[in-house]
Amino acid sequence: MQLEQLYQEIILDHYKRPQGRGLRDADDPDAEVGEAHHVNPTCGDEVTVRVAAADDIVVDISYDGAGCSISQASASVLYDRLSGRCAEEIAAVHAGFVELMSGRGQVTPDEELLGDGVAFAGVARYPARVKCALLPWMAFKDAAARAGVGMSPTEVEA
Amino acid sequence: MTTIAIPDGMPQYDDVPRFDVAAVRADFPILDREVNGHRLVYLDSANTSHKPRQVLDVLTGHYARHNANVSRSVHTLGTEATEAYEGARAKIAAFVNAPSVDEVVFTKNSTEAINIVAYAFSNASLRADADPRFRLGPGDEIVISEMEHHSNIVPWQLLAERTGATLRWFPVTDNGRLDESGLDELVTERTKIVSLVHTSNILGTVNATARITERVRQVGALLLLDCSQSVPHLPVDVVDLDADFIVFTGHKMCGPTGIGVLWGRGELLAAMPPVMGGGSMIETVTMARSTFAAPPARFEAGTPPIAEAVALGAAVDYLTGVGMRAIQWHEKELTAYALDALATVPGLRIFGPTVPVGRGGTISFALGDVHPHDVGQVLDSLGVQVRVGHHCAKPVCTRFGVPAMTRASFYLYTTTEEIDALVSGLEQVRRIFD
Repeated sequence: MQLEQLYQEIILDHYKRPQGRGLRDADDPDAEVGEAHHVNPTCGDEVTVRVAAADDIVVDISYDGAGCSISQASASVLYDRLSGRCAEEIAAVHAGFVELMSGRGQVTPDEELLGDGVAFAGVARYPARVKCALLPWMAFKDAAARAGVGMSPTEVEA
Repeated sequence: MTTIAIPDGMPQYDDVPRFDVAAVRADFPILDREVNGHRLVYLDSANTSHKPRQVLDVLTGHYARHNANVSRSVHTLGTEATEAYEGARAKIAAFVNAPSVDEVVFTKNSTEAINIVAYAFSNASLRADADPRFRLGPGDEIVISEMEHHSNIVPWQLLAERTGATLRWFPVTDNGRLDESGLDELVTERTKIVSLVHTSNILGTVNATARITERVRQVGALLLLDCSQSVPHLPVDVVDLDADFIVFTGHKMCGPTGIGVLWGRGELLAAMPPVMGGGSMIETVTMARSTFAAPPARFEAGTPPIAEAVALGAAVDYLTGVGMRAIQWHEKELTAYALDALATVPGLRIFGPTVPVGRGGTISFALGDVHPHDVGQVLDSLGVQVRVGHHCAKPVCTRFGVPAMTRASFYLYTTTEEIDALVSGLEQVRRIFD
């Protein structure tokens, strides 16, 4: 197996220098705040995602957790990609990432849509690691729903 | 490697029984395969062991030549199958020095074996005429430890919920040993059962049980030992251990999956109400009520895993042929070698005893801040198979303040070269993540 496919430079960068890490209070006292804590029961990875939303815009995503490079880098990419965006854009990126991760390496990622998220294409080839990559995205989805930003249901095959 | 000078007159190094590891390895077909372009280095035997050709041949040979249901047929095949199944029971009884063959109950695995005991308590607690040793209620206590596998935690938590009894536990010391300092306060007249792991699946600790057994006898409680990680690796003698129940599982001792063992003192098994109802476990059945067979049949409802039991008998023959003392010593040498080798890896922290005394060949560790998933993935790319995660012993991870650990575990076919491959693989991990 090609280890470089899994541990792409982009993933290692996000892991070593995570963006937006640490739980924060919302700047805007009127923002709706939702939080979700997800765990991966097989390996003990944990992440807490907090979403602050105002007028259908996710104004901030903050998170904290303990886990492998894949799950932690994925949270960092999620922060980069979804902060400050509206519900419709978020739904599209979220669906694109879930589709990529569920594709067993057969899905060609859309770089314009996913940004650094395309680096996770290699992860989709490792069934044992797909749940690591999806952990923060599933927690985000729950937190966003609690902050009033709903997304259409996504099917995950993992 | 550690060398110890043994004084004259004491048993010397060469007196220890030995076996030819290369010859043993040749018995295990899977050890020939490659993983990701590298020779397989299997360091996950605490998870499941590999199976020698001698066991695989018996497993397929049973289906090919003797297949029939057991304990109910008068025909020739049925008789052969029954003899093979009961013959395996006798081999396993002898392997752990059980006073009677009828004390060996075949189960699916250790988890099921523990659940049978827990549910026997539960069922006895519902009946006023049941043996008082198995009756639990508010005020009664169940004692386990912080180093248990989930299979020796959750059944007791559920039993405590059902009966109103209280669950208590031994803590674990910083060195990964059982903390027995509070033994007399923990195990008291309120205690009905103490259920402890013999060898920890995550820390490798081999628990010295003598003081605990003595206290258990003093207060009139029962003692169950989870021997899932000890029966495969060292000579276990139930008379010597003086336990009331032990459990172990076939797939960790060169046998197939789907077969495990509950050993219990004959008079205790006889006092236990049935747990699962069905065929084979009855004496007679009317539409209104049933009476039950004597143990072990009472606890073996339905068609058992026949071929698996027979193959477990073959596994016991295989291990006996190599010699359990020799296997124990081989693993002790590997453990001493591995502890020394791992100590040379910068940033590596071992959880559990760091000396090869009172511990088995299962070593869990952290490599700096690198998550075990990442450690395991890089090692896999080099053919090195280790387990990563919480090892079904989450309270131990919590005790040592980590979400997960990386674990290397050895068996009779493990070599020092494989430990070298682990250590050099860990260097590769450090290059990627440092």
